[in-house]
Amino acid sequence: MPSLKDLKIRIESVKSTRKITKAMQMVAAAKLRRAQEAAEKARPYAIQMDKVVSNLASSFQDGSSAPKVLAGSGNDQVYLLIVATAERGLCGGFNSSIVRQARQKARDLLSEGKTVKMLTIGKKGREQLKREFEEHFIDHIDLTQYKAIRYSIAQEIGEKILTLFNKEEFDVATVFYSRFQSVITQIPTEQQIIPVEIKADDEESGFYDFEPDETDLLVDLLPKAIINHIFTALLENAASEQGARMSAMDNATRNAGDMIDKLTIVYNRSRQAAITKELIEIISGAEAL
Amino acid sequence: MQFDLVSPERSIASFEVNAVDLPGAEGDMTAMDGHLPLLTSLRPGIIKVRNGSDETRYIVAGGFVEITSQSVTVLADKVFLDEEVTSTALDDLIERLKNTANNKEMQEKDKADKQVGDAISLKAQLGI
Repeated sequence: MPSLKDLKIRIESVKSTRKITKAMQMVAAAKLRRAQEAAEKARPYAIQMDKVVSNLASSFQDGSSAPKVLAGSGNDQVYLLIVATAERGLCGGFNSSIVRQARQKARDLLSEGKTVKMLTIGKKGREQLKREFEEHFIDHIDLTQYKAIRYSIAQEIGEKILTLFNKEEFDVATVFYSRFQSVITQIPTEQQIIPVEIKADDEESGFYDFEPDETDLLVDLLPKAIINHIFTALLENAASEQGARMSAMDNATRNAGDMIDKLTIVYNRSRQAAITKELIEIISGAEAL
Repeated sequence: MQFDLVSPERSIASFEVNAVDLPGAEGDMTAMDGHLPLLTSLRPGIIKVRNGSDETRYIVAGGFVEITSQSVTVLADKVFLDEEVTSTALDDLIERLKNTANNKEMQEKDKADKQVGDAISLKAQLGI
């Protein structure tokens, strides 16, 4: 049985932990709101972009004249995995679940004899993948210098990837991130960004005139569609990270509370026991007289 | 007709209009009700939206536009709001386009050079 003093110290320490986790939870909640708003605001552009791309791409059914970014490089030997995670930890399973999915995919590809290259965004994912896949890393993007996800960041990453593709450094690019569903659920997602996947559009796309012609337009449009996919992934990731952190910290706060309650009961019992013991000693001493 | 202006980071405008003047990549155009469905890219320039006697202008740094008989949807790379249109902002844009152009070759470079020219003439047109 620990002494009363030890117990007291213990309780105090758990109490200060609870204060910290509570504060982190509130900070995450505020950041989450901002991240969600940013994701919400970016949605109309993404939706329109997808629509325009699928309209345009549907006029390229033959595929022979289509640009490489759409039709693919003709091979599927070299895979680029873009693993987007957070720069900070203490957000529950957020980083691990993205890494787990990327790792699985990388193992599968390697066992099929494909070449895997990895580009990591955010240091947490990099740290977790380093041991197994260090020789596959080709680049890393550090997000610590940015306070919020801006389109310019996605643009930079996208241009980097497109340059690599044009140099025929890889054939297929997939991005791994976590899709924000709610504060408690974030879904680790993989999305192929090169070659561009065209969503089947049921509503009649209509017959469009193009200016300049389809090929020129598509050549301009596809890089933007790819950049936009990356932008969406980063925004979803940012919201997911804060959501995951918020619920992780909420749990931590609650656990700390439970622990304080339990320790307080033990403390009170030991104190009562000590008092009782003293009383018995006094009474039996008095009786002996 | 319905007019929507969206940039990657947010939706900027969405309302009913009579006509929209657009700086198309291959020349200016005006879209009104019943326009032929058209997809075109935009050069850096000014979009003028007219609704009755009201006229609103937006300065865009390029992008795409989808015109149908009832709607105009502009996917702009970047939209400068009136207070953001400063000489430095435009110089930045020109500088960035120049950098891109310098990294391109052949046909791609011609296209990028044209964008630089368009941005410079946009600056002159705005008189700042």
